[in-house]
Amino acid sequence: MPSVKIAKKSTDTDMTPFVDIAFLILSFFIMATKFKPPEPVEIKTPGSVLSQKLPESNAVMITVDSSNRVFFSVLSDKDKTKYDLIIQGINSSQNLGLTPAEMSNFKQTYAVGVPFGGLKQLLGTAAADQGRLKQTGIPVLDSANNQLYWWIAESKKAFGGEELKFLIKGDGQSKYPTFEAVVSALKRNEEFKYNLVTSLDDVPAGSDFDKMNKRIK
Amino acid sequence: MASIDSGGEGGGGHKKGPGVKKAKKLSTRVDMTPMVDLGFLLITFFVFTATMTTPTTLDLNMPKDIKDEKEQTEAKESGVLTIMLGKGNQVYYYEGKLTVDASGNNFKQTTFKGIRDVIINKKKDVISRHVHDETCKKTQEKSKDKKDPLWEDACKDRDFIVVIKPDTEATYRNTVDILDEMTINQVRTYAMVKILDQEVELIKATEATNNVK
Repeated sequence: MPSVKIAKKSTDTDMTPFVDIAFLILSFFIMATKFKPPEPVEIKTPGSVLSQKLPESNAVMITVDSSNRVFFSVLSDKDKTKYDLIIQGINSSQNLGLTPAEMSNFKQTYAVGVPFGGLKQLLGTAAADQGRLKQTGIPVLDSANNQLYWWIAESKKAFGGEELKFLIKGDGQSKYPTFEAVVSALKRNEEFKYNLVTSLDDVPAGSDFDKMNKRIK
Repeated sequence: MASIDSGGEGGGGHKKGPGVKKAKKLSTRVDMTPMVDLGFLLITFFVFTATMTTPTTLDLNMPKDIKDEKEQTEAKESGVLTIMLGKGNQVYYYEGKLTVDASGNNFKQTTFKGIRDVIINKKKDVISRHVHDETCKKTQEKSKDKKDPLWEDACKDRDFIVVIKPDTEATYRNTVDILDEMTINQVRTYAMVKILDQEVELIKATEATNNVK
């Protein structure tokens, strides 16, 4: 009896294209990933409907964490001499007596969150170990001793005529008086434009802002 | 899978003789499985660590502190809405001037959900009472020249001013939320002002009756 022979098909699939694509995606992610710089504290920023991008250079970032501590950091990737100018200015105006080694450590310091008195200890510690130090925050609430004023004044001097943006990154849980004190330190420096760092929220449908966006489109 | 084929039988013309030992043919196929495994492991890692949410910014312009009363901006009482922020995400507001007398007061309490309607209604109210005049026409023409798609609305809401007064218990999130509310509802004129003692007392009293923690 002649039987019908069913051709045996191989169950092996050619995986080559699949693996190709996988590695393509892998290379994309490797190149596109930009690691977050280490932050002294975790900040949960409040949401806002505005989608403006954050400036990444030529900016001063003032961070307020959930327990109302104030941190000061400078963002200047292109010109590292700005860091030296700022810390030298602070050193001479406050008579801190920092050594050159301590001052050059300011470049590596991600954020300063200590009063002037604690600056020597903070900058005397290697950047990698600074996370273990307890930073109390820059004093701002006492208007007679608003030390943030000096930091801003020195950064303004260091950047000279260049454009300098002021970023305020506050934790949603921080209290308003601290924010007000930060703003008053900026105001005393004749700075009236700030960028508040937020995360993106959806625009409520039907609101006036939504209508305007649609009309522009 | 990807493999490199060896030339098979020697095509070079070597003669096969009885004395030539046949070399054992080794497979040139490489097992790619571990490499692919590792590849996928890396993909998963990078997918998870990739931060797709880029932070955005909200612009805030503060006015210079003007001590001279003559230089301060005057606001029409009918167009002012004062919003105060208290603890526990509570919002308090009043329209025009704060009046507290025996007949009751215009100090009201709401939440962040409710404040949007208050702003929208107040804006509508101010626009409906708008009187068109020459200066207004000029403002409209100016924004028309600038190709503003909303040039017709350019001055209708000029009397609408929102005064924001966060108290000491308000959080930063509340402050940003209310500033965001200004953008959402397209309030052109708003200001952040220090809260008055009288208002703080009213907030405290309301908090006590509503048992806000």
